This record gives sequence, C-alpha cells and structure tokens, in this order.
Amino acid sequence: MVSYILRRLIGALLMLAVVSMATFSIFFVVPRLAGVSSEDMANRYVGRAATAETVTQVAKKLGLTDPVVVQYGRWVKGIFVGSEYDYGTGVEQCPAPCFGYSFVTKKPVWPDLVDRFPVTLSLAVGAAVIWVLAGVSVGVLSALRRGSFFDRAAMIVALTGVSLPIFFTGIVALVVFSYGLGITAPGGAYVPFTENPVEWAYSLLLPWITLAFLNAAAYARLTRAGMLETMGEDYIRTARAKGLKESTVIVKHGLRAALTPIVTIFGLDFSILIGGALLTENVFSLQGLGKYATAAIAAQDLPKIMGFVMLAAFFIVLANLVVDLLYAVVDPRVRLT
Amino acid sequence: MNKKALSVAASGAALALALSACGGGGSESAPSESAPASAAAGATGFNAGLENVTNPSDKKGGTLKMAVTEDWDSVDPGDTYYGMSWNLLRIYARPLVTYNPAPGKKGLELVPDLAESLGVASDGNKTWTYKLRPGLKYEDGTPIKAQDVKYAVLRQMDKTTFVNGPTYLGDWLDMPKDFVSVYKTPDVNTDQAIETPDDQTVVFHLKRAYAGFDNFAALPGTVPIPQAKDTGIKYRDHVLASGPYKFETVEQGKQYTLVRNDQWDPATDPIRKALPDRYEISLGVEANDLDNRIISGDLHIDVAGSGVQPAAIGSIQADPELKARADNPIMARTWYVSILNDNPPLDNVECRKAILYGADRVSLQNAYGGQLAGDVATSLLPPGIGGWQKLDLYPTGAPDEAKAKEALTACGQPNGFETTMTYRSDRPKEQAAAESLQQSLGKIGIKLTLKGFPTSEYFTAYAGKPAYTKANGIGLATNGWGADWNDGFGFLSQIIDSRVIREAGNYNLSVKDPAVDGLVDQAFAELDTAKRNAIWGEADKKVMEGAYVLPAVYAKGLLLRGKGVTNQFITGAFDMYDYLALGVE
Repeated sequence: MVSYILRRLIGALLMLAVVSMATFSIFFVVPRLAGVSSEDMANRYVGRAATAETVTQVAKKLGLTDPVVVQYGRWVKGIFVGSEYDYGTGVEQCPAPCFGYSFVTKKPVWPDLVDRFPVTLSLAVGAAVIWVLAGVSVGVLSALRRGSFFDRAAMIVALTGVSLPIFFTGIVALVVFSYGLGITAPGGAYVPFTENPVEWAYSLLLPWITLAFLNAAAYARLTRAGMLETMGEDYIRTARAKGLKESTVIVKHGLRAALTPIVTIFGLDFSILIGGALLTENVFSLQGLGKYATAAIAAQDLPKIMGFVMLAAFFIVLANLVVDLLYAVVDPRVRLT
Repeated sequence: MNKKALSVAASGAALALALSACGGGGSESAPSESAPASAAAGATGFNAGLENVTNPSDKKGGTLKMAVTEDWDSVDPGDTYYGMSWNLLRIYARPLVTYNPAPGKKGLELVPDLAESLGVASDGNKTWTYKLRPGLKYEDGTPIKAQDVKYAVLRQMDKTTFVNGPTYLGDWLDMPKDFVSVYKTPDVNTDQAIETPDDQTVVFHLKRAYAGFDNFAALPGTVPIPQAKDTGIKYRDHVLASGPYKFETVEQGKQYTLVRNDQWDPATDPIRKALPDRYEISLGVEANDLDNRIISGDLHIDVAGSGVQPAAIGSIQADPELKARADNPIMARTWYVSILNDNPPLDNVECRKAILYGADRVSLQNAYGGQLAGDVATSLLPPGIGGWQKLDLYPTGAPDEAKAKEALTACGQPNGFETTMTYRSDRPKEQAAAESLQQSLGKIGIKLTLKGFPTSEYFTAYAGKPAYTKANGIGLATNGWGADWNDGFGFLSQIIDSRVIREAGNYNLSVKDPAVDGLVDQAFAELDTAKRNAIWGEADKKVMEGAYVLPAVYAKGLLLRGKGVTNQFITGAFDMYDYLALGVE
C-alpha cells in the first residue's frame, strides 16, 4: 500500500511537470514559432500610448526577451526557491512557492490563488454534498421503482438538468429567487464560513442548488443504471434468499457495488470543480478560482493562467489518486499493490 | 481614453437609440464652481439625467454600492487610462483642476480643485502656474505640497513601471534629456520642466505653447504623491487620499471599499459634497447580474458607465417604470473606417471620395447595430464636443452612385479598383461593417478583399503598423475612438495629427495632411475656448474634405439610474453619471 502510494505520488509529480511544460509551451513557445516577437507579446501589457522603446523595456522587464528555456527555468525555480520583482522603488522577494508575477496587476500569483481557493472550495463542497445525496437517492429510488411515475418524472427532470447549461439556469434562478421572490442572496454575496457560517450557507445556497441540479441529474441517471444492473445479479438473489432485510440488500449489496463508477466520476467532477467552477462562479459573481481564471484569460495574463492551470492539474491528479485508494474501500475485490 | 474594453457592452447598449426621441436640449449658463445645478431639480423620467440633477438632495450618510464587470487598470492616479477611473478617482484624489460636477455641457467646464484658480499662462502659453489652496492635507494629516504635485507628474512618466496612463504631460513638458524616471535618475534636475518656488506654487514649462494646458492639469497625473510615501507599482495597494474618502480595503479584482477621510477639509473644496459615508465597489460582477441588481435596487451604480446589456435593454423598453429611470446619452466615441492613402490609387483624393459617395450609410449603420446603435456620423468629431458641426459633404443615407462614378473617373479609375480592408475579427460589428462596404462599394467597381485580425494585435502588428499596411496594400481599416477628454484636443489630437504616427501602435492610420497639422498647431496655441473649438471644428472638416476617413456612427449608451440614489446626472466630461455628486436616500 505504502509503496503503491509512493509510486503514484512520483507519477503525479511527473504528470504535473509535463502539464507545466505543455502549458508553458502553449503560451510562450507556440507564439514564437508563429512569428510573434517578444515585443509583440509585451504589447499586450503596456498602455496604448506606449512607444516602441517602452515596449522593448517592458518586454525586457517581464523577461520575455530571454530564451524560452531560461524563462521556463526561472518559473520552475520560483516555485521551489522563490523569486523577486522590481516594484520601481525597490525589489521585493516572492517566497516559494512563487508562481510568478501577474503581467497585468504586477502581484504575485500564489497569494491570489490561496485567497480565492476558499470560495471555490465552499462552492464545490456544498454543491457536491447536494448532488451526491440527491442524485444517488433519486437514482436508487428510480431503479427500485422502475417504470413508475416517480421513475419517469425523475428521469425527465434529470434529462432537463443535464441539458440546461448553468449560464441559463443560474441567471434564471437569480432573477426568480433572488431578485423576484427575494428568498436567496443576490450574486456576489459570498460571506466566508469563518465569518458567519449561516450567512455563508445562505450566500451560497442558490449556486449550490443550481450547480447540484446539473450534476445530480447525471448522477441520478448513472446510479439508476448501475442499480438496475446490480439488482439483477445472482448475489442479490442469494442475499434475499438468505433472508436479509431488503434495506440491507439494497444498501450493503446493491448500492455498494453500483457505487464504483459513481466514485470514479465523482472524483473527476469534484476535482475539476475544485480547480475552478468557471461558469458557476461567473454567473454568480463569486470571486473564486474560476472567476480568477476567466479574468486572467481575458487579459492574456500568462503567469496567472499558468498558476491556475497548475493548481487545477494538481487537484485532478490528487483526486485520481484518492479515487484509486477508495476503490479498495468500496470494492473488496480491489487490492492495491 | 481606454473606454474600449468596458464599452463593448456599450455597443449593445447603445441600442437604445429607439428610446432617445426625448433627449433634452442643452442649456447655457456661466461657468460655476458650485456643486450640481438645481435649476431643474426634481426632474424625472427618461433622459431626465442628461441635462438635470435627478433626485437632488444634500442628505449625508449611507453606503453607495457600485459594481463593475471587471477591475480597471489601477486605482493609482498615475497609472490609469479608463474614463470611469478618471471619473471615480476624484472621490479619493484631487488633481490641480477638474471638471465641474454639473449635468450636460456644464460638466465639461474646468474648475480649480487643488489649485486656487485655473492655470495662469505666461511666456506665450508655454509656462503655466498654479497656486495650491491653503490647508490641504493627506489622509495621514501631512500637508499637501507643490513638490508632491511635481513628483507625481514626474513619477507617472516612468512607463515601464506605470504602463497604463497617458503620456501627454511627459510629451509636452520641457524635460531634460538625461531624465529617465524618478527611480532611475532621481538626481537629474527637472526644474526646466516643473518648478516649485515654494510649497504652494507649481510652475510648468512646456516645449511649445499650448493654450489648453488646464486640460492636462485635470489629468489624474497631477494628483499629488509625496515621494516618501511612494511605493512604486505597489502604491495602488494604498493610495494616499487627498479627497474626501480614503481606501479602507483594496482587493484588486474583488472589491474596493472607501470610508470618509477625516483629514479632508470641506473649506478647501468647493466642488465636492461628499454625501455617502461609505463606498462599496464590487469588481468582477457578471454583466447581466449587475444590471439585474441595479434594476432591483441591490446595487446603485455600474461604474463602467458604458450602458446596460442587451437583456436589460429589452426590459427597459418593455417597462415604463424602468424606462423612466434610464438615460440615453451620446457618447464621445465615433466608429469609423480609416481610408489609407499610402498606396495608389487611394493616394488620390478623388478615389477616396468615391468610397464616401459609394458607401451605403444605412447599411453601415445597421452593421453597427442598426438605428439602435447610434446616429449616422458625418465627421470624426462627435456631437457634444466643442467645435462639432454637422457636415453635409457626403451622403448620409443611400449611396450616391453617380457622384461615386464621377469621382472614380476623376481619379483615373473609371471601372473601379481593388484594395484590402482590415477589421477586428473578434468584433462582429466591425466584420459586418466591412462586409457592408464590400457589398456597397462592389456596386461601383471597388472590390474589397477583407482581412480580420485580433484586437490585441490589430494596431500594433497590422492596421496600425505603416510598414505592414504599405507592404500588404491595405486601403481601408475599421477604427473607433473615444475622447481622452471631451474637447477637440482630447478627441482629435491622437487621430488626425500626422506627427504622432510612429512605427507601430498607431490609431491615426490615414490622416497625413499638413493643412490639418497646421490647424492642430493653431488650436494648441489659441487661448480663447470658443475660437479654439472653432479651429478643431475646421480641422474636423478638413479631414472630411480630404476623405481620409469614412465616419460610421456616433455611439450611444443606455444607462440606468440607481434606486434611491441622489444627485444623479450625466456629466459632459465623461458621458456617464458624475461620481462626485452622488448620495443615497
């Protein structure tokens, strides 16, 4: 088990290194291959009144005139030993892990990511709890009452949930529940958990439900399919023949087996979400990682984009590892070696 | 000024021209230092804010809630180039001179702010002297000195540190050649450009005469910054307030909050009412959500001031109550097409005129959003800026094919010619404009090949780079411009003066006329505002006579007044709500 985790951790680090190189190449190497000069790149980060001389100076200051390998090396070095930046009146140290300085705001990226993370985590955890509970419960009930009115209605709702994009359901939900009925918080009303847990939940209730509606639908359909397959297995018949209670048969024998694909997809969904729920955060004006990434992309702020991608990749790699470990818990047939 | 990013929505918003039938007329009155005029106090209804103070009140207290879809460049007065920022920063920072907080054209008047009076010119308008008011203090209680104004002006010239702001002061002041920046060459004597004979007096020396220097003195670059408190690019984290409010929190990209600056003395400031106790400015609010929150009353003001989103336009059109809260000002922005004259046959004025006669102006207007996008433009200079005159040199509706053919014959191309037109590929309206011209000019034999380029590199690598346009036979290029400040200089100087054209990054793509340059120089030197405006108007006409541009539309926006907001009106200085006078009920 320990050697398995160690091997996976080494693999995860290698994966992150590859992701960093690929991301860096997309933003710094590909443009050069396409004939974009350092000055052309620097042009994005100067005011519109900049002279050619200013552009050249800014390109130098941002390190864009250095060979790409040197730029990448500097970026990696910053993560491990920190970096420094000339603020005009002096030089400031950016301690490790330093994911570089924003080309636009001139601020170090890492503190911004740390600052935004609680918002995204709050959104992801709350929504995940709702969608897993709702999705799995509805899926189980639908499977057990296959063909009933409940099953059909639930699956229609599920299909609707899967089909409707969040930028539609989110805006409609805000208009109806926040601005119309006034029962939920308006957009951008996030209150940190540490400040007031009740307000925190109230401010996030609508984003949670909206986001959960989308995912719960998919989970309901997945659980229903899994349960239908499992409940038809011989060992379920055996369990019933042994005289076990129906609830035990369903939960311990049926649901547990049906959970394996749910755990797999949940790991991926949750990690993607925790790396930034771009659409949800934008629709509800939540200042999380997703919103941060959107603004960075709009401003072509490469260090911010790099930092965000690396953090998102880290969560996905981590989630995959956790999911693989959970397999052994959920499914006794799995042995980690 | 950089209204562009946040005015993409404006083009959609402008859409409300249909609502604009009841735009108010202008009113004339003497310049005044006083706070908002109250002659039309209590005006309500659609467009009430164009010429009147709506919901007037002197009630103090409350929190004014503002929001914007994205953060702007910087709250540092020396590093910002957004109209909304120049408007807003006056609540925490005071330049030497600023705009009169009054509705409509009265808002264009310059009034002294830190200075006791407008600038006193000498040496044939090459020297400008300002005396600071007595008793001025920063938020930390230290006195504001003339030396701080000098330092601030020199500081913002370092464009590798403060990349965003305009360069007017650096370009016009008589700077010593060995001065690089306050950080790199701190010991260079700069008295030949700016003198501070005492703590209260600052004297600017220009390289050449400019009678409108007060417009420069109104730039945020003259907001004082004490050298000891300067933290370079980090100064934006804590700008030392000289106005009635100071920053409580600065969270770039998320939120700014401002509270009262107890060191600000109203006796030193005749133009600010400072009504709210607190400002909360949310950043990164989703555009439709922002509109909905203003409609519901959860927010008071959209800082961008460029207009509501298309979804809200529909609501406003359908709901009389909402419509009564809306204003539909013409903005100081013109969308146009530059007609480049480097390559034949467009080096011949008659061939350029053929384009102006052959263009279908209605189709072009539709490309920019139809009747709802703005008025058909007849010149570069938009209405509302001094010197504007309605020109009738070319058709404003359907094309005049007969005259177009005549012009083609006169330039030796009776069967037409071929050229290439560029547009910003990520701007559907500009693509539609290019296609509109391709179609209408095709009818008179002018065949256009269209090429789209991304906005981020449009001016730096393509349309604004003469080497590229010459080598690639570019004849037409979509363009657009908003005023740095609403007078002829602020609007025209960067787009009609041939001497500002450089290797790349140009916005003047086509106006290279010595006669126009001569008029620009005349305007620079004319001290009388009315005469100066007339010269800018003449220069505008000269540009049209030379057929260097094809104006498309004067942009308009649809703005919504906040519920419970007092003293709300559109200022002619920024074509958005004035942020100095606002209060909450």
